[in-house]
Amino acid sequence: MSVRTLPLLFLNLGGEMLYILDQRLRAQNVPGDKARKDEWTEADRGRVLNDIVSTMFNRKFMEELFKPQELYSKKALRTVYDRLAHASIIRLNQASMDKLYDLMTVAFKYQVLMCPRPKDVLLVTFNHLDAIKGLIRDSPAILNQVDETFQQLTEVYGGLSAGEFQLIRQTLLIFFQDLHIRVSIFLKDRVQNSNGRFVLPVSGPVPWGTEVPGLIRMFNSKGEEVKTVEFKHGGNYVAAPKEGSFELYGDRVLKLGTNMYSVNRPVETHMSGASKNLASQTQESIAPNPLAKEELNFLARLLGGMETKKPSDPEARFRLNLFATEEEEEQAALTRPEELSYEVINIQATQDQQRSEELARIMGEFEITDAPRQSASKGDDLLAMMDEL
Amino acid sequence: MVAADSEGSKDPGARMFRRERSIPLRGSAAALCNNLSVLQLPVRNLTHFGVVHGPSAQLLSFAPEGLPLAQRQLHAKEGAGVSPPLITQVHWCVLPFRVLLVLTSHRGIQMFESDGSIMVYWHALDSGDASPVQAVFARGIAASGHFICVGTWSGRVLVFDIPAKGPNIVLSEELAGHQTPITDIATDPAQGQDCVADMVTADDSGLLCVWRSGPEFKLLTRIPGFGVPCPSVQLWQGTVAAGYGNGQVRLYEASTGTLHVQINAHARAICALDLAPELLSAAEDTFVHIWKLSRSPESVSIEVEHCHGECVPDTQVCGARFCDPSGSSFAVTGYDLAEILRFSSM
Repeated sequence: MSVRTLPLLFLNLGGEMLYILDQRLRAQNVPGDKARKDEWTEADRGRVLNDIVSTMFNRKFMEELFKPQELYSKKALRTVYDRLAHASIIRLNQASMDKLYDLMTVAFKYQVLMCPRPKDVLLVTFNHLDAIKGLIRDSPAILNQVDETFQQLTEVYGGLSAGEFQLIRQTLLIFFQDLHIRVSIFLKDRVQNSNGRFVLPVSGPVPWGTEVPGLIRMFNSKGEEVKTVEFKHGGNYVAAPKEGSFELYGDRVLKLGTNMYSVNRPVETHMSGASKNLASQTQESIAPNPLAKEELNFLARLLGGMETKKPSDPEARFRLNLFATEEEEEQAALTRPEELSYEVINIQATQDQQRSEELARIMGEFEITDAPRQSASKGDDLLAMMDEL
Repeated sequence: MVAADSEGSKDPGARMFRRERSIPLRGSAAALCNNLSVLQLPVRNLTHFGVVHGPSAQLLSFAPEGLPLAQRQLHAKEGAGVSPPLITQVHWCVLPFRVLLVLTSHRGIQMFESDGSIMVYWHALDSGDASPVQAVFARGIAASGHFICVGTWSGRVLVFDIPAKGPNIVLSEELAGHQTPITDIATDPAQGQDCVADMVTADDSGLLCVWRSGPEFKLLTRIPGFGVPCPSVQLWQGTVAAGYGNGQVRLYEASTGTLHVQINAHARAICALDLAPELLSAAEDTFVHIWKLSRSPESVSIEVEHCHGECVPDTQVCGARFCDPSGSSFAVTGYDLAEILRFSSM
């Protein structure tokens, strides 16, 4: 459909990921002086967020992202976020990563669906960027990267017509079609029904540019209004108060895309909310998308090649659990319904010699201008392979 | 949930509808506009439904009191490109001697026999002039006499000449008139009855073009947009009904482009219209409305009365059609919904 959708998809999902990781790190936070080696501190949290944000907004990465292209498949996109999360010192196992991706996708699907105008998806994106800037307040270099991306968004999307935004909206909704995973924070807020479908309210402000429904105006051949009749629409709408700002700084008005997590609200999902249409859901995986597997998609490769500061102690990689306990995490991995498995491709450096050579060759073909710092941790997929060559 | 217009006594035009049993779909409906096509076959007491899921479209035939009889899935024909192409629309075209099913996608235009069993024609889209940022697709399908007209991403409307039988279909004309992607095309079913204007095309900028069909199509009027797309359009007895992205429905005189009526009908973008003689409008705000149109004999203006409003809870409607010529029943599809909802009047 629209070939300008990927940046919006990536940035908004990335924003949701940061909200969730931030919340989990805060929840598992331990004061710095009392922390054991394997416990999270405030400083660690700051570092994780800085690492992920600086990777996400890397200039070369953004350049690639903004090139006109079709959307990746869900599986291919999942790989990109897997890499992004692991650009920091955190480690997520399969179950936690799955849950993280579920939460991200359900949240953004909701935001897209609820946008009053198709163009408002840009305001949602700006809300995410504004919040991201808040998370990395103390790093001017990274703040600058985010502002540059803001500029780029304005350049690419600022001049698009309502029709082009409608196409982008349709493209995003097709990407999220049949996703009905239930999120406990949404269920509690009555944003989602128990069957996983979102509640669509029929009240509130109308979109900017739309009149409140309920009026029929009739004109004669001279263009004069001759009759006005009211009718009962059935909803309970009011006029829109004002338009959200598309400037670098401004009141977005729209709340969609702001951080809905706080320390006290848990981030749980219910895996049983699988779509009734298993046939349609797996249909997507049956239709071959060569891009997803073979080339590991360009963005994922780029992310794999990017280095961030690694702790000098190779053991100091912190496991982050998206569940309440380790037992829950294990249980989730075992009981995850087959049809919801993302089947992420894991490249093992020690196996599949041919494939690793091919990938290594591809990796060698492009240079990241940022000076790479030497990695001290071995046994970590692509990075390790680069070291061994 | 039925939202009747009034208590009954005040408004004689009000009608009541009840929900009938839904028809299950194999795949949910995609968030496209005009995503429901209905072919009525009163002789055989059958109704055909067509819904786009994404890379596939589903055809169903249904008898009123029974279960769905037949079911078929169609896929867009592959061409160059890595992912399976998405279908934009599926629509039955009733021509003088045959009925064809037309399927438009991001690769081109396919035409099938009405049951979808055999593909009789394939037209690949020419993406030559497209810039890399433009999506290339066909969208907007209507039958006009023995022609089938299909819209494209560039604004050009392709006119295909359809023989009475056989696959010898020929692209006879390309109509220029639009600069932005075509959203919908409508033709007047009451053609030839002193109706000069018998086709209207709509696009993403909200521009409407009114045409007279013939061996060569002639552009009669342009009705400018006002900054929002016009996703759905209908034409009936010289009246153009247009639904817009800001929830408005407007009725124009087809031959002159004069605005007759403006209805603040919906709180979100309109996704489908049907005209049967009543007007049906459906939008992303979960509502379907039915309007009674009447021409007053003295003046040439049109009067509109609201008959019925139906809220389809928590559903972003993406397609709606009347299921019979008198407009006493209609069907609705919604994004992510794997069923066709049906309503009939009481």
